[in-house]
Amino acid sequence: MLRYVLARLLTFVPTFIGVTLVSFSFIRLLPGDPIIVMAGERGLTEERYAELQQQFGFDRPLWVQFWDYFTGVLQGDLGQSFVTKRPVWDEFFTLFPATLELSLCAIIFAIVLGLPAGVIAAVYRGKFFDRALMSTALVGYSMPIFWWALLLIIVVSGNLGWTPVSGRIDLLYFFDDVTGFMLIDSLLSGQEGAFTSAVRHLILPTIVLGTIPLAVIARQTRSAMLEVLSEDYIRTARAKGLRPSRVNGLHALRNAMIPVITVIGLSVGTLMAGAILTETIFSWPGIGKWMVDSIFRRDYPVVQGGLLLIAVIVMIVNLTVDLLYGLINPKIRKR
Amino acid sequence: MSLLDIRNLSVDFATSTGTFRAVDSVDLSVDAGDLHAIVGESGSGKSVSMLAAMGLLPWTATITADTLAFDGRDLRDLSPRARRRIIGKDMSMIFQEPMSSLNPCFTVGFQIKEALRQHLDLDRKQRHARAIELFEMVGIPAPEKRLSAFPHQLSGGMNQRVMIAMAIACKPRLLIADEPTTALDVTIQAQILDLLTGLQAETGMALILITHDMGVVAETARRVSVQYAGQKVEEQEVASLFSDPHHPYTAALLAALPERATERRLPTIPGVVPGQHDRPEGCLFSPRCKFADERCRTVPPPVQPPAIGLARCHYPLNVPEEADAI
Amino acid sequence: MSDASTTIARTVPTRRPGRLKDFWSSFRENRGAVIGLYVFAAFVLIAIGADILAPYDPTAQHRAFTLVPPVWQDGGTWQFPLGTDPLGRDMLSRLLHGARFSFFVGIVVVVVAASGGIMIGLIAGFAPRWLDTIIMRIMDIILAFPSLLLALALVAILGPSLINAMIAIALVLQPHYVRLTRASVLNERGKDYVVSARVAGAGLLRLMFITVLPNCLGPIIVQAALSFSTAILDAAALGFLGMGAQPPTPEWGTMLAEAREFILRAWWVVTLPGVAILVTVLAINLMGDGLRDALDPKLKRS
Repeated sequence: MLRYVLARLLTFVPTFIGVTLVSFSFIRLLPGDPIIVMAGERGLTEERYAELQQQFGFDRPLWVQFWDYFTGVLQGDLGQSFVTKRPVWDEFFTLFPATLELSLCAIIFAIVLGLPAGVIAAVYRGKFFDRALMSTALVGYSMPIFWWALLLIIVVSGNLGWTPVSGRIDLLYFFDDVTGFMLIDSLLSGQEGAFTSAVRHLILPTIVLGTIPLAVIARQTRSAMLEVLSEDYIRTARAKGLRPSRVNGLHALRNAMIPVITVIGLSVGTLMAGAILTETIFSWPGIGKWMVDSIFRRDYPVVQGGLLLIAVIVMIVNLTVDLLYGLINPKIRKR
Repeated sequence: MSLLDIRNLSVDFATSTGTFRAVDSVDLSVDAGDLHAIVGESGSGKSVSMLAAMGLLPWTATITADTLAFDGRDLRDLSPRARRRIIGKDMSMIFQEPMSSLNPCFTVGFQIKEALRQHLDLDRKQRHARAIELFEMVGIPAPEKRLSAFPHQLSGGMNQRVMIAMAIACKPRLLIADEPTTALDVTIQAQILDLLTGLQAETGMALILITHDMGVVAETARRVSVQYAGQKVEEQEVASLFSDPHHPYTAALLAALPERATERRLPTIPGVVPGQHDRPEGCLFSPRCKFADERCRTVPPPVQPPAIGLARCHYPLNVPEEADAI
Repeated sequence: MSDASTTIARTVPTRRPGRLKDFWSSFRENRGAVIGLYVFAAFVLIAIGADILAPYDPTAQHRAFTLVPPVWQDGGTWQFPLGTDPLGRDMLSRLLHGARFSFFVGIVVVVVAASGGIMIGLIAGFAPRWLDTIIMRIMDIILAFPSLLLALALVAILGPSLINAMIAIALVLQPHYVRLTRASVLNERGKDYVVSARVAGAGLLRLMFITVLPNCLGPIIVQAALSFSTAILDAAALGFLGMGAQPPTPEWGTMLAEAREFILRAWWVVTLPGVAILVTVLAINLMGDGLRDALDPKLKRS
């Protein structure tokens, strides 16, 4: 197990360097001179331009620039936003809890509904429930979620008036960020109605962001269960006279979880891509909206730093999933 | 009354290209304490008929039978719950592939104790003690330590011993062993067979041994059924089967045993067992039978009387004179 | 003995079906997949014949008829069966032309991503270990970025347009083909038929493209179907964010973005392009599922 962890950790290093290199090269590849973009309408004098170029180090050889950037990254220095002049690192971590809260809700929503749905569909394969569920899952899997969001807004917010259209909480509530999680902060504030308001704001974005992972998890659970159910050891378990619920829920599901965990881990990448669309549509003040806004504002350090941080988060999640995979699969654990 | 009584059992599988009959009107009756062997090539439906009795066939299978009774109760009339009380307790089964027949995610100890918990009224401690006792019975060294091992950490032979321990955990009255030695090394094969016959003699349970190895049959069984392409073609006591085989297929199988070879080259049976798409019209063995004539190829053969080993053949071999007179 | 072998040939009541026929019959058994195939065929025909089928120029603005509802609703006319958008453009014509863009995106992305990915995957599968490691690390790096985000950033560099969106999506989807091809190559490479081809003196190129590649195609074909739909979805998402096709191009995602402000007033300008995307993607995914089931014998009913 220790060797497995070490081997897995070792592959992290070159990938991390590569990811840094990719995000670093963005600022050099973007069309237009970043300094002129930063100056905006006002324009620049020759001297001021040279001064800034020196200040940002653009006059030095590329590999020196990369080395500076890389060592900066290792110390948590990702540069400053052109627009707000705040460090990218700080901006990221003020906005990150919003995305994390939304993503966690979405993935929990997807797992809580998707896992049992997939198991039941596999056990009753070919029956009505299986067909209905798998058709629904395929629709969900094919859903353009930006359109799905608009549709939900039309029906749930517009026609029914059940949920708000945007933001994380009603404007009349105001309290300090303690954890950055609106659900927890609203409870801590003790203000009446704040928590329900936060929950109501979360519902639609959670559904929208969770739809594709839900469909993927349901489909993957079903096919993994089907594969496992035809294994010899399932026959052995049935030959012991065990209840079907125990055969399916313990012997089969435990083995089927191995590929499903991988899929759940992989859907974190999907979640990040989905967050870009979901947050933009629901004006959710998180990383996804921040990235889109920065791309449009040509706020290069933010794009660069955000790309890097998001990639690192995805990598860390994948690493965790791999280690979890080792933990749940005894064949790897004891090697 | 026999312990397991099967009359006219057929099993059909739905496949993407039509139905496939894996077992075709098979009869079998096994008495308490009996040791019955079912012999046949791969694909002859010997495992499938036993899986049907255990209720372990996949959902694509359709079972039809006149009788499918264990201890006088027809298994098809029982509720699933009542049936689960028999399966794994009074009637248990071990399989061909010990490596894949144990759940890789759980320790072997967990899996054997699970069987004990399902059927017996033992507390945690007693289950542990019984598991150790069972491991000792099947000859697993250092049982206490082995209980916490995962299946992939044990050898094939060890895993098969675990399977046997699990199957006899609740003192069954019938144990079905489906090619228990096929996947194992030759040296281990004899050990496992000795273990099975020893346990059978010791506990007095009935044992059905499914195999394709005539040599194994000669050493262990009392009665033998020979199956071919889903049909039972002959059934006899082991001694008379070896001395006077009535069906040409049985004769050919016996002739292919190295011990009985008379020529320098070992005789073989040409061709393969017919599959879904090349089932002959008359006798299923006719394409490979050296005695077959036009009648064999067009008319399905009758089942001969018990004196001629219930052979499913138009022209049975070695027919005793008095039987011929009937 | 010779007698026995001649009789074997005579006993063949039903013939074992051939490989392609086998594939088709198991594909046809899946009703969803067949429906998907028909819808996809209709989609391709629309994409090809959009000029003939569409009643109007998709960019022509009928100023007197802005936001006309579809024909079955109050105020709708047969002149514009699916209504008009805020600028008085015929929805039906725009949707029909949109099929052309989506089809174009799907084809180009799949061809570019698959051919590049298969090449790199083959090389990685046959290359010495160090080269293989380098290639796979690079793929890991690309995969570490969420696809839409990377595509968005790439489009930001290249400038927003449909072509650039396609390039970006193809680049982002490529690693999946590389991984898939490499995995199948490594799986096939150890098999006896490859070893015997090598012993028989087959060159490396022959070994790669003629011996091994055809046997890896099953999963790659399935992946191609799936990335066709991913490409359409991602291109529409980029268009929706304003980073794909630019107005007045009648691309479905771009149409949705233009219609956002009318979301509560004129449902059809928002609903219809989304339905078009969903139906197309769903049809392709249905087909992909059917392909996978038909090509993967493990999941077949046995």
